Amino acid sequence: MLELRDVSFEVLQEEKPKRILNGINLKLDDNKFSVITGPNGGGKSTLAKIIAGIEKPTTGKIYFNGEDITDWGITERAKAGISFAFQHPVRFKGITVRDLVQLAAGHIEQDSELCTYLAEVGLCAKDYINRDVDGSLSGGELKRIEIATILAKKNTTLAVFDEPEAGIDLWSFHKLIGVFEKMHQRKNLGILIISHQERILNIADELILVSNGQIKKQGARQDVLPELLDIVDSCKFFQSEDGVK
Amino acid sequence: MNDNQKNLLDKIADLSSATLEAYNIRANGQSVERASTANIQITSKEDVSGIDITIKPGTKNETVHIPVIIDAAGLEERVYNDFFVGDGADVLIVAGCGIHNDGSESSRHDGVHTFHVGKKARVRYVEKHYGEGSGQGKRHMNPDTIIEIDDGGYMEMETTQIKGVDSTKRITKAKLHDDAALIIKEKLFTHGDQSAETSFEVDLDGNDCRTNVVSRSVAKDTSKQLFLAKIHGNNKCYGHSECDAILMDQADISAIPEIRAHHLEANLVHEAAIGKIAGEQLMKLMTLGLSEAEAEKQIINGFLK
Repeated sequence: MLELRDVSFEVLQEEKPKRILNGINLKLDDNKFSVITGPNGGGKSTLAKIIAGIEKPTTGKIYFNGEDITDWGITERAKAGISFAFQHPVRFKGITVRDLVQLAAGHIEQDSELCTYLAEVGLCAKDYINRDVDGSLSGGELKRIEIATILAKKNTTLAVFDEPEAGIDLWSFHKLIGVFEKMHQRKNLGILIISHQERILNIADELILVSNGQIKKQGARQDVLPELLDIVDSCKFFQSEDGVK
Repeated sequence: MNDNQKNLLDKIADLSSATLEAYNIRANGQSVERASTANIQITSKEDVSGIDITIKPGTKNETVHIPVIIDAAGLEERVYNDFFVGDGADVLIVAGCGIHNDGSESSRHDGVHTFHVGKKARVRYVEKHYGEGSGQGKRHMNPDTIIEIDDGGYMEMETTQIKGVDSTKRITKAKLHDDAALIIKEKLFTHGDQSAETSFEVDLDGNDCRTNVVSRSVAKDTSKQLFLAKIHGNNKCYGHSECDAILMDQADISAIPEIRAHHLEANLVHEAAIGKIAGEQLMKLMTLGLSEAEAEKQIINGFLK
């Protein structure tokens, strides 16, 4: 289980502190499928990065399976079971799809096994396995490879995806939903997805609305979703004002 | 051959798996083993130190190995090797230099390789440089490569210097005739206080000739690198040069690409990028469970692969 206690995060903007996250309290249970949604610029990606260890909170504590991991680095958290799929997948020079999936898997895998991860995200392995993870791949292809690295990382007990649907075509999107549903069936695996897609919201157990650096709503999907859809219709939502009283 | 020499040979030339065809092994300034074939003749030069390698026109799928190894400290040599590749031949040439220096005096190998690539001939030229040894003596390698490619000829040159060479000054000059092509791929890694200077000059003289000069390098510690690439478009031609370098620690890299077009149909492009390892690349690999040092190693190995 992951727990964030009173987590805040500030950056310096024109030499003045700007608060991106403000007093976040959040518990994510194992086996639960949670989706964070909310307007752009509301702090969602920062929250995901704080969980993965890419950003350090200015104040507050983070616990993973009861252990204080606030000061842990990215590697320690990855080894402890936290996996993170980047919103904008990273490009490399000279690192192939095989290399990357292999590194994620952590030990030498047969090509046939590596291929199953690629097939799950809708990529024909033989066309991709020897290609470099670089700009020669489209944004959608990179995104799917990014998701495949999370599938390959076996020790995952909390998988965090930052807008996995971005750049993925409609057909693949359908398949992507299937990937998440299949992951959700795995035991002892918590899933946290940042998404704006109603179809992803629809398969979540729990929805969390983050806006202006705060959690504005959190609860079971069936309770939160109808209200969320009402809010989204308001103009204030698109002006980065959540419209939630 | 002693163990040091055998080890050097392993590092720069994969002779074990190859069925030995034409070859010349030079150790400590002397030619110690040599074989010619019906199509490839290797003969000693009479006026200077070095060999002539003459490949008959139409020779296909043959390989020439000409490794140079030095394990005597203080040995300095300048060697001239000339390759005459006959029209329509298609061959692989593997050269390399390995220096093992346990002494306090410098060892130096200056190799001047001249390639005469015939009409419609194809050459793949692979060159590896490697240095090792516990002594204070420096290891220097200065290869000059002079290339002339006749009409429709093609040459691919892959050079690699990964470890142990204290200083290198590499000069490559090429002249291309009609429809000729030259592809150069250079990989360079320097560390400690090593220095490497690499200079390419390609004259695109022929109609529809082309070249692509690509250098990937990593400079670590306080090492220094200088990359110079000059491409001259003297006819309807295409030329591209690219220097892509990763900078680490207190290292220093300069890239000076130059393109000059002297013909309306010359199409020339240069690219150069120097920078440290992208933080997001490290982060991605760390989210897969690698330490920062492991991630760095993977990124560099991939970059220089």
